Order: sequence, then structure tokens, then C-alpha cells
Amino acid sequence: MKSPDLRAPITGPDSVAHQARLFELWEGKGGISGFFSSVDHKQIGIRYIVTAFVFLVLGGLEALLMRLQLAGPDKALLTPEQYNELFSTHGMTMIFLYASPVLSGFSNYLWPLLLGSRDMAFPRLNAFGYWVYLASGIFLYVGFLTGNGANDGWFNYVPYASRPYNPGLNEDFYSLGMVFLGISTTVGAANFIVTAFRTRAPGMSIDRLPILVWGTLTASVANLVVVPAVSLAFLMLWMDRQFGTQFFNTAGGGAPLLWQHLFWLFGHPWVYAIVLPAMGMVSDGLPVFCRRPLVGYSLVAVSTVATMILGFGVWVHHMFATGLPGIGMSFFSAASIAITVPSAVGVFAWLATIRFGKPVITTAFLFFSSMIILFVIGGVSGFMTASVPVDWQLTDTYFVVAHLHYVLIGINVFPVVGAIYFWFPKMRGRMLDEKLGRWNFWIMFIGFNLAFLPMHLTGLMGMPRRVYTYAPDMGWTTLNLITTIGSFVFALGVLLLFVNIVKSWARGKPASANPWDAPTLEWSVPSPPPPYNFGVIPRVASRHPLWEGRLPSNERSIIDQGMLLDVGKETIGTSALDAEPDMILEMPEDSLAPVLLTLGLAGVFCGLIMKVWLLSAASVLVIAVALVWWLWPRRSLREREPAHG
Amino acid sequence: MSAPLSYLTSAGLRAHAIVPLTWYMLSVSILVCLIIAWVLWRAVSAARANGGDEETRSVPVEEGPSGAHWIRNGLLMSALPLLVALVWTMATLASVSGPPAHSGLTLEVTGHQWWWEVTYVSDRPDEIFTTANEIHVPVGERVLVKLHGADVIHSFWVPKLTGKTDTIPGQTNLSWLEAEAPGVYGGPCTEYCGEQHAHMMVQVVAQSPAEFEQWRQHQLQPAAAPTDAATRHGAAVVEYRCGLCHQIRGTNAGAHYGPDLSHIAGRRSLAAGLLPNNAGTMAAWIENAHGLKPGNLMPNQNLAGEDLTDVIGYLELQQ
Repeated sequence: MKSPDLRAPITGPDSVAHQARLFELWEGKGGISGFFSSVDHKQIGIRYIVTAFVFLVLGGLEALLMRLQLAGPDKALLTPEQYNELFSTHGMTMIFLYASPVLSGFSNYLWPLLLGSRDMAFPRLNAFGYWVYLASGIFLYVGFLTGNGANDGWFNYVPYASRPYNPGLNEDFYSLGMVFLGISTTVGAANFIVTAFRTRAPGMSIDRLPILVWGTLTASVANLVVVPAVSLAFLMLWMDRQFGTQFFNTAGGGAPLLWQHLFWLFGHPWVYAIVLPAMGMVSDGLPVFCRRPLVGYSLVAVSTVATMILGFGVWVHHMFATGLPGIGMSFFSAASIAITVPSAVGVFAWLATIRFGKPVITTAFLFFSSMIILFVIGGVSGFMTASVPVDWQLTDTYFVVAHLHYVLIGINVFPVVGAIYFWFPKMRGRMLDEKLGRWNFWIMFIGFNLAFLPMHLTGLMGMPRRVYTYAPDMGWTTLNLITTIGSFVFALGVLLLFVNIVKSWARGKPASANPWDAPTLEWSVPSPPPPYNFGVIPRVASRHPLWEGRLPSNERSIIDQGMLLDVGKETIGTSALDAEPDMILEMPEDSLAPVLLTLGLAGVFCGLIMKVWLLSAASVLVIAVALVWWLWPRRSLREREPAHG
Repeated sequence: MSAPLSYLTSAGLRAHAIVPLTWYMLSVSILVCLIIAWVLWRAVSAARANGGDEETRSVPVEEGPSGAHWIRNGLLMSALPLLVALVWTMATLASVSGPPAHSGLTLEVTGHQWWWEVTYVSDRPDEIFTTANEIHVPVGERVLVKLHGADVIHSFWVPKLTGKTDTIPGQTNLSWLEAEAPGVYGGPCTEYCGEQHAHMMVQVVAQSPAEFEQWRQHQLQPAAAPTDAATRHGAAVVEYRCGLCHQIRGTNAGAHYGPDLSHIAGRRSLAAGLLPNNAGTMAAWIENAHGLKPGNLMPNQNLAGEDLTDVIGYLELQQ
């Protein structure tokens, strides 16, 4: 990247011939090798979303089994060990294999389209991130399906996770799988950050970014900071288990609380990482159906970042009962109460957007707007647990289970389903059925609240979480039955989403480029978008390029002519803050190197779990070959000087 | 619908201090939800159209009023209840967090997979004794609880009396409680600790000081001697079988792997709250501990007819 490109990009109008040329350059190969070598962000994004939904279904089935076990007192549908593996795998699946990847999927698909670019900054790294996610997900599920699934909850406290108390392979699968998955999260985060700062269309200054970009960017920065903590913790746990290191063993000078600090140092920021992008979806989607710009754009953007910054300083609120000193805890208590403020900015902004707009009720609107109240319910219960003395009663009861489901389902699943209704037409070129969508929404909404609203009371009546059964004289029986019924209703609602997708996939109403008359750049290209996204690179002059002329501002973005960039697979690199054109970026061709590198890594981890060290060593060679192949300087990417010149 | 573990009411000083704060935060929370739901409902019910993409496109886009004052006013309105919560939290924390300056009674409580070991501490060695899963305390007296972890992390919680404090291997955590009324207060383990986390209940029996003293004196007595041939046989079996893991003070059963069985027949429950304590459940437990509490560390004993009845006969003497 050192030698500046002296060729000035040719500008001109978009044309059919020009688009045909771009199509030749950008269209993938197709076929099996084309499938495995694709670096197209749209394909990768959809793969992320589909895979995440497969895990959502698996995690959901696990939840339904648990709810059957808990439908009444002293039931024996599941053994304690089965129940414990189910709740651990359910948490792991939903938090690590669904909630974060599904948002990565949407951001992967949408970012270049939102930013007026032709791909992510590092397309091969993007493909690599997906393959590692898939491989580590399979790795973790191989453990579960062979009866060696995680069995110590998703936060996996030691010493129960250490070898003397947990001699099976369960925790080895979980530890290694999480280290493996961390690679995917890390490269994905790095890619998002560079993409946000380097590949925006000219003129898309930092104050013109869609909030989804703010959300994912903030989450990515957080991931880069905190994922190392959890990867390290799991590596240390695995070493304690395999080689007798003593990081967490009191007898050897280690400390069990070290695990909790390392885990929650990661775990709490992670919660924000899996809700901020979803809040961004609402901030971008809701105004479209309110037929006006978002109220308080700057405040919402700033509060996104502020939430994350404060979010780094609240991890100890997961540890109020561990006997830490009161002074230290009061700091974290105060920070946890204070984080309510930036979180509330979004709520008031969305409410005002609806109130001062002209809302049109669609399925996407229902999902986005209902998220507001679910967010508030999950928020206020979080506010309650922020108070140390109150938390001494609330923590580890079903109150917390209710709280975290309002947060994760309310602020992740509801916006994501809304996002599917909103962006499916862009991805597929067909509309989802709105009538079925209403059923989908109301059954999900009613089922969810039926399941989880009474659960607050179950918690206030003292039911501890993570118990495989309970006695009949505790007063929890009726509430648990209601929750079980609600969870099945909710599952039916989710099923209707899949019915709608299947039904509309081939037979839905065809979607125009901009069916919702929305303001951002992704709606300026055909549905579904061509492989090169944009025929010409747009020049952006406002936050709402497609609503210009209808809003008071006189700015005019230019969409139908601009830089052609049809010499090779190219897009434009721009400066970090103002998005001034900087250099032409050469984009790589499809490549099998990411898949090969993933296979090498998978081999390493399989060798480690089976203790066939030779397999791991041989796989390191595969990794080396894949890296050399990947990094070999190519003239087409201007990684090498031309032979003459 | 009775809820013996609900903490919205309390029976002890430390839990009592938290109840008003809990109700305050709960009320504020419910109020906020109702207000937001009402505002949202009002805003949504003003919808111009209901349909799909065509209906959306048919409503023209407009800049509309700024609306930013809603954010400002909303934050200003939130500030006061948040501030109150913060100050109240700190005040409550200061009043209940530390160990009491004076306590009449000190207990060492150790969490095991999956039962509670309880030692009554005294300056006089002959007044120290250990029991399991059942804690007797005098009403109106402050009890300091020193918490230890024997294996994995557990959490000590008696919702009516005191909030949670974890028992963590390698460190001693402090909790305290003071019962205000006589009664039996349950407390499940609340840190996930493995297969039988669901069956790890401690019971706190709060008694008048006189009754407590009577109970304490009784606990200090050695084991009741066998009364006839059958219970003598039972005692022998207990010593060479049960005594491998359990202690009964005053006999040759003196191991510490499992719960102390001294005065076992006087306890309210067996297996950490799983079963009521009577001759029948005791026999069932000895024969089939794994069927009743899968994964627990006590092996099934396979004692045949007379051995079993004599063992029960002897243990039933240990009031």
C-alpha cells in the first residue's frame, strides 16, 4: 500500500456497457469451487445469517426441551447431566453462535452497500472469518452431539470447569472451541474497522454514517479490545486441564476469581457488542416507516459510543456476590446505574421519531417499534441488578434469566427479524408476505412476553437459575407452566418467519430497487444488487442521499455518475474522517486460501482435542502453505512493482 | 400461593434493609415501563397507514419537527430517580455490607458438592461442634457467617434473612444474618456447582435464645449408646461402613468426607433438603442415594435386610 497510485480514476456516467464490463470483472465463478472461494461480501453476509439462524433453531430446540422439563415440579424428562449440558449449550449457542454472527452477517451484507463501496476492505479475510465461525460452531457441536458438550454454563466458572471436578472432554471442547471462534470475531472486527474508516464513498463524512455502521463499528472496536481476554482465559483453562498449569487452582497459587474477571471483562462489553448493531438497525429502519429522519442523530451516534465506553467499566456487576470490597463494588454499581443514561438516549430518540413522524405500520415497523418497550423492560431490570444490595437478592435467580432474555431477544432477535422484513427484498428481490408477517409478529410478541414477563416474578419468589428441577411447595409451579406455554407460542412465531421466507423466496411480490422509499445508498442499487454493487462510485452530500429534494437541505448527492473504476476489481479508498478520495483500492479475486487456512486451523484444534499432536503439527504446515499462498505478492493487487515501469 | 423463598418480604435484619430499596427500584421500573408503553402506544396509534411497501411509499417524506427536546426532557426526568437509586444504594451498602462489629455467634459454613457443612465456633474447644445442612440461630442475635469453599464455587443465600455471598475455594468470605422472628428459613445454593446444584438447600432454624441454648447443649452431647442387640449391631455396621466417610461424635465413626451425622435424627431433612427426615426416607437414601440424587458422592450401600433395619434403628437413636 506504500506506493501511491498515480492513475487518476476516470469519471463518467453509469451505462449498460459499463455495467456489463463490471459484471465480467466481479461475477464469481460459480460451481463448487466458486462456492468455497467466493469473497463477495453479500454471499458471505447471507451465509453468516443463514448459519446463525440454524444455530438459533438448535438453541431454541434446546430451550424447548428444558422448558418441558421445568413445566412442572420434580419432572424426570431429562437427567441432571442432560439438563446441565442443555442449558450450557443453549447459552453458548445463542450468545456466541447466533447473536453476534447474525449481526456480523447483516453488517457484512449491508456495509459496502450502505457505504457506497464495492466490497469490504479485506474480502478474503471476510471469507476467512465466516469459515472459521462455521468450523468452530461445528467443532463445539461435535462436542455436544457426542455427549461432551459444555456443562458449566456459558460463563463456565472454575473450579467446576477444571479437571478434578469435570474430567470429561466437555470443557476441552468448550475451551478450544471458544479460542477457535475468537479468531473469527477478531478478524471480523478488524475488517469492519478498516472498512468503516477507509472505504466509504467520497463525501460520506463521519457524521453521515448510518447508525448501523456506528453500532457495528463500536462493537468491533470493543471486540478487538476484549476478545483477547476471553481467548486467553479459555487457553489458560485448557492448559490447567491438560498440562497442570495452576492459573485457577488455589492449591497451586492460582485464583478462581481470576477467571471471573477475565471472563466478564470480555462478557459485559460483549453484551453491548451484540445489541448495539441491532439498535443501529432500529435507528436506521424505524425512520423509514415514520417517513422522516431519525430524531437526534448526533446524540444517538455519540451515545452508542458512550454506552460502549461505560460498558468497559461495569463488568464487576456480575460479581457482586463474590466478596469483593464494598468500595470497589460501589464504583461498579454507580457505573452500572450511570450507563442507563446513554442507553436511554436511543429510547427517547425512537419514541420522538414515531411521535413526530407519520408512522406507517408494516411488519418491520412492528418489530422495530416493539423493540423499544422490550428494551425498556430489559433495561429497568438491569438497572435493578446494578444496585449491589438489591443484586445480592436478585442475582442467580430467574429474575436475571428474565432480564437477559429481554435484553437478548428484545434487543437482538426482534430487531433482527424486523431487519429481515426490511432488507429481505434487497437481498432476494422479493417482498415477504405482510399478512403472514403480522401473524409472525403478534405470535412472537405475545409468546415472548407470556414466557418471560412472569419469569421476573418467578425470580422474585426466589427460584434459582440453572436448577434441573424444583420442589412443588415453592410457589413456582404455575409460573413455570405459563413460561413453558409462552416459550412454545414464541417458537411457533419464529417458525412463521421461516414459513414466510420459504413462501416468498420464489413466489413473493417482486421488489423494486427501493420498495420502502428509504433514504440510504443500498436502496439506490437493484434488488438484489449486482456483484459489483455500484456501477459508479456515488458522491454523498448528505445523510439521506435518496431523500434529497424532499428534506430542507440543498445538498445533492451524485449517484448516476462518478468514478467508473472498471480497469480491474477496484473500489475507492477514502480518508478516515471526511471521506475524501485517497487511492484506488485493488480488490482480490476469489480465493481458496481462506478455506484452506480454516481447514488447517480446524486440523490443529482437532489434533488438540484428540491429543493427536502429530495431526496438529501437520496442520500447522497446512496453515503455513495457506498463508504463503494468501500473502504471495500479486501484481494485480499492486503488492509488487510492475516488471517494467 | 405461598413462596417460602421470596425476598420481597423479609424475616431478618440484613434482608430487611434491602427490601425498601428493592420495592423502590421495582416501582420505578414498573412505572417507567408503563409510561414508555403508553407513549409508544399513543405514538403508534396515530399511524397514517397500515400495510406494506405501497402504503409506506404513499406517505410522503418530511423533515418534521426536530423532536430533540424529547431526548433532553427524557434524560432530565430519568436523572432524579437514578440519583435517588444511587444514593440509596450506597447508603444501604454502607449499612449492611461489612461484617458486624459485634456478633454473638460465629459460624464457619463450607459449601460442598452438594451439601453444607456448618461449624459452631467457640473459644472453648469443648464447645465447638459441626453439623450439616441445618443451622440453628437465636432470634435477635447477630450471627457472623464465615464462608469457605471446599471444592467448587457455591453461594450461600437465605432470601428471608440475607443476600447471596459466594463460597470460593481459597478465600474466606463474610456474611451475616440476624433473624427477627422464629421460623425455618430455606436457602438454596445459588452458584451453579454441578449435577446436583438443584438439591443443595440449607435451612436456618431461628429459635428463642432459650430454645437455641437447649439445642446447642444437646448437640454438644456425644452419640447415644446402642440400647439392645439390634442397635449394637447397627452401631457396628455404621462404624465400619458409614464411618469411612462420616463422623458421629463419640463413636469410632470419625471421617470427614461426608456430612457429620452426629444427632442426625434430630434434623428436619436429609440430603441437603431433598427428603424429609424419617426412618423410611433414611433407609431409602442409604440403599439408593444415586437414584434419589443422581451424581451425588455417596455410594449406594446395598445393605441387606437386618443390617439395614439395625443401622436405621441405631441412627434413629441419634436424636
